[in-house]
Amino acid sequence: MTGRRIMAAEDVRRATTRISHEIVEKQAGTAGLVLVGIQRRGVPLARRIAQAILEHEGVEVPVGALDITFYRDDLSMVAQQPVVKGTQIPFDLNGRTVVLVDDVLYTGRTIRAAMDALIDFGRPQAIRLAVLVDRGHRELPIRADHVGKNVPTSREETVRVQLEETDGEDAVEIERLPALEAAGEARA
Amino acid sequence: MTAEVDRPEAASSGPGGAPSSPHGPAPSSPHGPAPSPWHHRHLLDVDVLSRAEIELVMRTTDEMRDVLARPIPKVPALRGTSVTILFYEASTRTRVSFEVAAKNLSADVVNIAAASSSVSKGESLVDTVRTIEALGADMLVMRHGVSGAPYLAAEVFGGAVLNGGDGWHAHPSQALLDLYTLRSRLPGGSLEGRKVVILGDVLHSRVARSNVWTLTAMGADLWLCAPSTLLRGFEAWGSRGAAGRRFTVTSDVGAALRDADVVMALRIQRERMASGLLPSLREYAARYGLTQERLRAASPDVIVMHPGPMNEGVEIAADVAVDPRSVITDQVTNGVAVRMALLYLLAGAHGRGSEA
Repeated sequence: MTGRRIMAAEDVRRATTRISHEIVEKQAGTAGLVLVGIQRRGVPLARRIAQAILEHEGVEVPVGALDITFYRDDLSMVAQQPVVKGTQIPFDLNGRTVVLVDDVLYTGRTIRAAMDALIDFGRPQAIRLAVLVDRGHRELPIRADHVGKNVPTSREETVRVQLEETDGEDAVEIERLPALEAAGEARA
Repeated sequence: MTAEVDRPEAASSGPGGAPSSPHGPAPSSPHGPAPSPWHHRHLLDVDVLSRAEIELVMRTTDEMRDVLARPIPKVPALRGTSVTILFYEASTRTRVSFEVAAKNLSADVVNIAAASSSVSKGESLVDTVRTIEALGADMLVMRHGVSGAPYLAAEVFGGAVLNGGDGWHAHPSQALLDLYTLRSRLPGGSLEGRKVVILGDVLHSRVARSNVWTLTAMGADLWLCAPSTLLRGFEAWGSRGAAGRRFTVTSDVGAALRDADVVMALRIQRERMASGLLPSLREYAARYGLTQERLRAASPDVIVMHPGPMNEGVEIAADVAVDPRSVITDQVTNGVAVRMALLYLLAGAHGRGSEA
């Protein structure tokens, strides 16, 4: 099933590049800056942002990967445990500015879990958030510092981000859920 | 193995909506998340595990090793889950290992030693399990001297039962930690075609029985070696390893150890002497004990294992136990990680709050 395409490969590239500039601008440089991508598509996005920073600033910013599975607040509600995909943060977070990177910002629960996980690794000076798509419908008081594209959605839609590293091509699509009624009932 | 379940939505979103997932409300099947390959509500033996499921345990254990390497080796994955550890037999390492594993996952742990419980007043196993459930346990880790006892508990208990060793029958977490330890030590992480020798009291060993399954399932060339009195019944079983794989049963320790890649010594239980299966511990040590001299026949890179507790000087010489080729302490450390993985995987299967 293919949905409505809201970002093509070019749009994804431009958004990533702009975010990389914004991050450096907000930090007034790259000192103390680290990027941490949230598994799974946040990780390649974080790498791309780091690559863009390397290209325009000439500085290599450390990139980590964070799996938030063990920090989810719904583990007792899922029928089966999600497969864990691995956390690699091979640097010290104490006193750093950590920019969390994810593909889609929705309820905010992933980010809540990610902040809990990060804090187990150290005490960052600040945690910021960069996302490719903000689709609204927050359930927690969380907002993104850097957004590739704001996309108004309904809860009955799904936003599908595809990246070359994980899916073979860069694209963002929005589609209506076919199992709308069933899902609606489950939520009622 | 890359079954990518990308932060699957809760099958039924509770109040507050589909947590964590950025992509949309949870559709019910058939458009739900790709199923994770773990389907077991209980873990009573390893013989129900497919190779893919064993791989999932190994992979999850890798993650738990990473958690253990952190400055604070604790994650909130099982917060609010109550784990009861009910041991009818003496044990230090397995019980403590489960307890540490559960605590590292932020579970609430209740420890019951049968000797100091109502069991000593004559309470039946079924009543004990019902009581434990009524007290709010979600998971039950159980060791019992009678083979099959955890199966009875699983029939009564509403949550997940994890067998911590039953009689001579099974010790699934030990077999999985042995496998994990071997894979992390063997070049390429593969047991395919590797000669693995289990040496010692095979007859009374649940460790051996569970290891037969996992090791043959992963393609090892498995040998069981002991005096013939301690191998009864295994000759016939030798033709029925996992997936039709055979294993070799012998009393010839020289043939067994020749070019072995792995030697796992098993404890000789002193209480067995009374039954006349062995003339004396000294004779066993002289004829079957794992000594440096015997080990020279094995591969130079042989890996020495022992599930513990050891009788040094009987089944294994003291200098072999601390030899650089011994991975006995690794087994203990990996035991915590494997048990964290098992508790984590089973916690998803109890069905609380989902329609499953």
